[in-house]
Amino acid sequence: MLLQFIVDVLSLGSLYALFALGLVLVYGILKLVNFAYGELVLVFGYSMFLLNASPFPWFFMALVAILMSIFFSIATDYIAFRPVREKSVTAVLITSFAFATLLQNAALLLISARPKNVPMPSFLSDSVQFLSVITPVRNLISIAVTFICLIIFYQFMKRTHIGLAMRAAATNFNMARMLGIPANLVITTAFAISGLLAGIGGTLWMSKLGMVFPGIGLEPLLIAFIATVIGGMRSVQGAVLGGFILAFVDMSFNYLLPQDILKFRDAFTFTFVILILLIRPEGLIKGPATGIRT
Amino acid sequence: MKFINNNNFYNILFFLGLFVAIYIINYFVGTVVFERIVTMLFIYIILTVGLQIFMGNSGILSFAHIGFMCIGAYSSGLLSIPVKMKGFVLRDLYPVLQNVSLDPIISILIGGIFTAFVAAILTLPLMRLKDAAAVITSFALLMVIHSIVVGWSAVTNGPRTFFGIPKATTLEIAIIFAFFAVTFAFIYKDSRFGLLLRATRDNDIAAESIGANIIYLRWFAIIASAFLAGIAGGLWGHFITSFSPKSFYLKETFLVISMLVIGGSFTVTGAIAGALLVYISFEILRWIEKVIKFSDYITIEFIGLTEVILAITMIIFLITKPKGLFAFHEIGDTIRKILVKKKD
Repeated sequence: MLLQFIVDVLSLGSLYALFALGLVLVYGILKLVNFAYGELVLVFGYSMFLLNASPFPWFFMALVAILMSIFFSIATDYIAFRPVREKSVTAVLITSFAFATLLQNAALLLISARPKNVPMPSFLSDSVQFLSVITPVRNLISIAVTFICLIIFYQFMKRTHIGLAMRAAATNFNMARMLGIPANLVITTAFAISGLLAGIGGTLWMSKLGMVFPGIGLEPLLIAFIATVIGGMRSVQGAVLGGFILAFVDMSFNYLLPQDILKFRDAFTFTFVILILLIRPEGLIKGPATGIRT
Repeated sequence: MKFINNNNFYNILFFLGLFVAIYIINYFVGTVVFERIVTMLFIYIILTVGLQIFMGNSGILSFAHIGFMCIGAYSSGLLSIPVKMKGFVLRDLYPVLQNVSLDPIISILIGGIFTAFVAAILTLPLMRLKDAAAVITSFALLMVIHSIVVGWSAVTNGPRTFFGIPKATTLEIAIIFAFFAVTFAFIYKDSRFGLLLRATRDNDIAAESIGANIIYLRWFAIIASAFLAGIAGGLWGHFITSFSPKSFYLKETFLVISMLVIGGSFTVTGAIAGALLVYISFEILRWIEKVIKFSDYITIEFIGLTEVILAITMIIFLITKPKGLFAFHEIGDTIRKILVKKKD
């Protein structure tokens, strides 16, 4: 029972952590929430659906779909963020939301309002059993994929030039610019990585749902959002930790609460978010000491 | 009057004239569809002006506004549904409320006061937050309100439709409430509280050092803003007569915020202009969508076309005019300048 709970929390938490990481990357540099973030999962899902007819193997299709979500993430930067970024904060929130609406309704207009099937290899939903724990293969894969991603991401931020530049930009964007770090390059890279993480997260998300529909982006966005607030809006470690905590809280509610209180789960989760912001506005892990937005 | 200075006199007079003009146009057009559109327009004006009172003067983006509208719509509906209908709509309603059925206008007012009361309790601890933390808490507040409304079936009929509300909102009532809201917003903006709050918006540290109590200034503004949102919700509920929690969620939130930002959040004129512009273009696009749907030549359906075009226009508009149409000057300033020049 306990072991089952741990595996459930870890697999859900690893997915949440991936989503949160993608959101916090852009937030850390620009101090702006990207409301179009969830739609990257939508882009991934519909790309998979459209590629379904093609003769290519599944891994190739997934790769193309992830590339599409990277492309749309960069497009978000160019369309919704770059032109208004320095003029008005509220304007950016609205342009990013408008871009999200645009993608959702384009899916509605061009494809369909009804859910569409997404091809997934069948071995993902096979169950495996070890030490009294029964779990689908995809849960184990999502834990493994997340840890590999986190390690690669960590090395990228530590070892490469552009990773260093991104950390500098997240700490003090103005100073980094003055020292000659190309701001636009750093921001575009952040968006690209954010798109990559959303694409990988989207693959795991789709393997759970098995279908795609125009409103699919909302839940990943909310998950990423809550996880970053809990863990700390400015630190990457915080976002990952926040993802696991959110999964723990959600799972505990699922295991413990009776059915008629369970429908208020979101109310509890978001009250928790408000309380965290009141008691510890920095989140659980404090990031670098700066809050000045450019 | 001490409060009405020269500019506000012109502002209020201008909008009184505009509202009356719209009423007269409606009288001559005389169709049901047009009257429906105009009534909705005035409800949106109340909503946007209400949001401007808090957001424009304090500079804090608030997502909770539609949540307050939701509270107003449900609470006023709950009070005015006829006793006979209540058994159908809400089977598990608490006995205290079962035999209550008030006049719609009174229940709309009570709904507004109740919303203001709820907002007062919920938001007091949140008023000290600023920047991203303030925005996110208001977003979380919207989610909490939504989740409670969906879950509390005894009072709200859960995620299902809440129906049976008597249709009471006429164009006249909507115009009167809208005029009240606009007048209040103008007077508030130039009152002592409004000026102090605007000072905290421009530089919170400097304003606090000359004695502005930021928490109470913001608190007063959000209570007033929630009251108007509650009234707008009540009017909307008594106009539509049946709705579900889905009507008060992210899509509507962003519609109202974009109305305010496109018009210009710092001015009341901007709030009204934004509501006018966005709502009218929304209706025109809806109409085109319908025409295409029922025409014999084009057989493809265009669901979502309205939203796509609106989103593209919104992005282009905000890129060219990020501070909105009326960034700093109210319409009254311009009118007075023209009039004063003529006297010279």
